[in-house]
Formats: sequence, structure tokens, C-alpha cells
Amino acid sequence: MSNAVSTAPRAAVRPASSKPTEQRKTALAWLTLPALFFFLVFAVVPLAGVLILSFTSWDGIGAIGAAGLDNWFSVLADPGLYNALGLTFLIMAVSWLVQTPISLLLGVFTAGSQRYRAALAVLYFLPLLLSSAAVAIAFKALLDPNFGLATGLGLPFLAQDWLGVPQLALGLVIFVIAWQFVPFHTLIYQGGVRQIPKSLYEAAQIDGAGTIKQFFHITLPQLKYTIITSSTLMVVGSLTYFDLIFVLTGGGPGNSTRILALDMYLRGFRANLMGPASVIAVILVIIGLALALFLQRLGGKDKQGSQLEGL
Amino acid sequence: MSTVLKSNTQGAHTGTLGGSAAAKRGLGPKLRRLNIPGGLGGWLWLAIIILPVYYVVITSLKTQAGYFGQNPLALPTSPTLENYQMVLEADFAQYFMNSAIVTLGSVIPTVLISFMASFAIVRGAGRFLRLVNGMFLMGLAIPLQATIIPIYLMIIRLNLYDSLLALMLPSIAFAIPLTVLILSNFIRDVPNELFESMRLDGCSEWQTMWRLALPLTRPAIVTVAIYNGLHVWNGFLLPLVLTQSPSLRVLPLGLWTFQGEFSVNIPAVLASVVLSTLPILVLYVIGRRQLLAGLTAGFSK
Repeated sequence: MSNAVSTAPRAAVRPASSKPTEQRKTALAWLTLPALFFFLVFAVVPLAGVLILSFTSWDGIGAIGAAGLDNWFSVLADPGLYNALGLTFLIMAVSWLVQTPISLLLGVFTAGSQRYRAALAVLYFLPLLLSSAAVAIAFKALLDPNFGLATGLGLPFLAQDWLGVPQLALGLVIFVIAWQFVPFHTLIYQGGVRQIPKSLYEAAQIDGAGTIKQFFHITLPQLKYTIITSSTLMVVGSLTYFDLIFVLTGGGPGNSTRILALDMYLRGFRANLMGPASVIAVILVIIGLALALFLQRLGGKDKQGSQLEGL
Repeated sequence: MSTVLKSNTQGAHTGTLGGSAAAKRGLGPKLRRLNIPGGLGGWLWLAIIILPVYYVVITSLKTQAGYFGQNPLALPTSPTLENYQMVLEADFAQYFMNSAIVTLGSVIPTVLISFMASFAIVRGAGRFLRLVNGMFLMGLAIPLQATIIPIYLMIIRLNLYDSLLALMLPSIAFAIPLTVLILSNFIRDVPNELFESMRLDGCSEWQTMWRLALPLTRPAIVTVAIYNGLHVWNGFLLPLVLTQSPSLRVLPLGLWTFQGEFSVNIPAVLASVVLSTLPILVLYVIGRRQLLAGLTAGFSK
């Protein structure tokens, strides 16, 4: 009924705007062209390019030659690949396990209205302002066994050779990643918590549910999609922790923190083997897509479209 | 009665933060009971965040002798700015300019073209637009750093290697998917009646975009501009791979090389860390409310 009412003036105005609405809507498409151009040229073409380059041999300067499947065979037979893959997934999984509970709890905490919590939230965000290079340099100085935190706090167990022992270096990398990225995810959870209808809590309170019950029966289920969004960003983002690890450990000691992205860089731009490096890049892209699709599935099939938008 | 009054005054206290007042009333007294473990955790995390920052700042103000002689966490006995002077003499002003050019040269085009695309995606219709939108969404899931080798090749072939423009072009492309996503979420929130009335006034879609959608989504635009600006300003891989000349170094790269050259002079290295962050910190202090509110809204929609 209301349709008929609203179409009446539309019909009357049509001569003035001269174009029917449908045509007008399709005509908007040209507005996307500049963005589309940049994205096609500097993201889609390189994406195709990386696949093509994985079948070539190139030292980064000279001519590019065809190499067939050689790169793929050599990389897939290289134990270095499996070391990098294992490390990438290990850092991804542990980072997720460490960061998600901390971010979620801090998100719930900062969503409260107490003034000091808002002030804390402002300070929590500080690490996000620093470049990964700056963070890595700061932590290197901070962990100096003689002139850093260990001496400052009088805690001798902090005086370790953090960058010299493989397990310690790996732990350090995971800690510094959490230090840098928890603030961002806290912010996402904070937004998610604020959107939970307060009536749910009122109802729970009337039913006599305690704080902990409310957290597990209302807050957590209501945050399902926020958790998926945050996890997707975290997991896909973990594939690109390149700069932090590059400056902090350079992949060392040995190859103990040489994740895939770093492996790609070192093969390509240090060893001048662009072909094998492109193979690693293709593997990175496949992992990223597979993980994102998997996480969207977790959100439920019918919600897939809107979930991607919910990012 | 008294509880109503109480919650009202509390709401007024925090009214500036928008949703928080509502959240408060929703969680009610329960939240106050959570305070002890929650507060402890909150303050603990603050300590974890602040301690390294504090260390960096005070160490950057110490002399070499102070660095080696004092307790690392004690305030400098004779604070000095000579480290900062040294850093500035090491071409940091140049790096700063380069970073500023690259950041502005990437963020302004990104936001402009992404806004136009978002407007079309939300307001338009048709298979083409759905396809474009789908492609941008796909871009979110791809670790774009993985495309660095072909980008390096393309930049060489375009004769752009070792130039600031080489850093801007891929930065724009990388930032488009997320920017379009956040902006279209906000444009979608503009009430349809407003668009309708613009149309009835005989405005073209082009006019509607600039006169209606742009002013109404300004908070979101500021948010994505700051967010993208942060990313470009702090970006490391692109400058590392696509430039070579010392005169074209951006700040993160300058930091890294400075650290390599002056690794024995930790106070100076940390002064360079502080200096490279200072401009961003100033921006954050000015725009933090906008940024935090915009990001919470943009990502949790």
C-alpha cells in the first residue's frame, strides 16, 4: 500500500530528473572505476603475477626465464619450507590463544562506563601508534640483560639471552606481537560489547543470574560474530608479521623465527631467487584465503555475506 | 527512585562517550562487582603497555654515562637532549618529510576514490557493482604483502624504482578494500529518506554524493584517513624493497638503518624511536576520540 503512495510523486518528478531510477542506479558504476583501477593494477595483477613468476627463474635484476615446475619441486622438497610453515602456524595459533582472551576481557572491561576505564583505553591504544620497527628496536633495548628491564626491576630471570636461544626468541616474538596487536582487538571487542542489548542483562538479573553466568550465557554468545571478525583479522594478519620479526630477530637464531613471509623476503631479496620466493608467496595467498573462508564458515553459511561485510 | 537518579548522573558523567552510558545501565550493579579482578587485570595490562614506553622515553633523555651507570628504570639524573640533536643531524628531518609526503600522497587518493566507490556500491545496483564489491571483500582475506615480488618487478618496469611515488601506488591499492568496507557501512546508515528528498529536489547522484553523503559520513572518513595514515606512516616492507637511496628513506626505514649504525649508542637509538612516533602521537592526542569511536563502530557493525 505504502508503495503506491511513494511511487506517485516519483512518477511525477521523473521528467525533471529525466532518467528512470534503475538506469540511474546502474549508471553509478563508473564511480568505482578509479578505485577499481588501482586495485586491479596494484593488487589483482600482482596476485596473478606472483603465480606466473613462480614458474620462472629470475634473480631480481637480469632477464626472466621460464623454469616450468622446477621452483615448485625444489621448494616443496626443501625442509626450510616446512620449518617456515610450522613456525607460521605455531605463531598464528599461540598468538590467537594468547590474544583472544586478553582482548575479549579487556574489551568487556573498557566497555564499562567508569571514567578511568575510558582513560585506560586511550593508553591501551599507544602500541598501535608505533611502527613495528620502533617496537622491535624498543624491545631489543628493553631486554638487554645488563641495562634493561631485568636490572631495572631487579628480576634476574628476565636477564636471558632472548635473541640467542631459539625457544626464547620464539616466545619473545609471540609476546611482542601480542603487545602490539591486543589493543586493536580490544577495540573491536569493546565495540561488540556495547552493541549487546542491555535488556538481555536486565532479564538475566531478574532471573538471578550472577556475573559469571551472565558473561558465559549472554556476553560470550552475543559476541560470536565479533569473535569471528577479530579472529579473521588476527589469523590472516599473522601471515604478515614480517616487519616486526625482521627487525627483532631477522629470522634467527638459526631459522627459529623464520616465518613464511620472512622466508619469502629472504629467498627473494637476499638470495636473489625470485622464482622460489614466488612459490612461497603463492602458498601464503592460498593459506590466507583458505583460513578466511574457513572462519566465515564457522559464522554460519547463511550469514556468510553479511559477516564479510561485518568485518 | 534513588537508583534511577544514580544511574542518571552516572550516565551524564560518561555521556561524551556515547554508547558507554547505555552499556553501564545494562550491566548495572553486576559490573561493579566484577571490578576487582577486572580492575586488577586492567591496571596490570596498563603496566605492561606503559613500562616499555616509559623505558624508551627516559633512556632517550640519558647520557651514555647515565645509561651505563644508572638503574635502567630510574629517571635521568642529568636529562639531556643531545641524543635528539644527534638524531636530527642524522637526516631525520628528511625522513620525516619523505614519510609525510608518502602518507598524504597515499591517504588522500585512497579515501577519495574509496568514498566514491562506496557510494556507488551502496546507492547503485547491478551485477557490475556486486562484482566489484565482492572483489574488494576478497581483497580483505589476501595477505597483500605476498604480492611484493611482482610489485617490485612492475615498479622497475614503470621506471619508478627508488622514488616516493613507488611507495604510494601500492599503498593506495592495499588500503582500498578495508576503506571501502568501512565507508560503505557508514553510507548505508544514512536514512533513505534523505537520499529520496535530494532526488526529489532534482539533484543528480553526483551532487547527492558530495552534498549529502560526504558531510554525513565525515566522522567515518576521518577515522579511515587516520587508520590508513598510521599504516602507511609505519609501513616497512614497501620502502625496504622499493627504495634504495638514503635521501628517500621513510622514518621506519631510517630507524632501522640508524639502529644498525649506532647500535652501541642505545639512548640515541631510542631517541630516534621517540622522534619517529612524535608526529603520530600528536595526531592521536588531537583525534583520539574520533579515531577510537570510529574504529569501534566501523569494525563491530
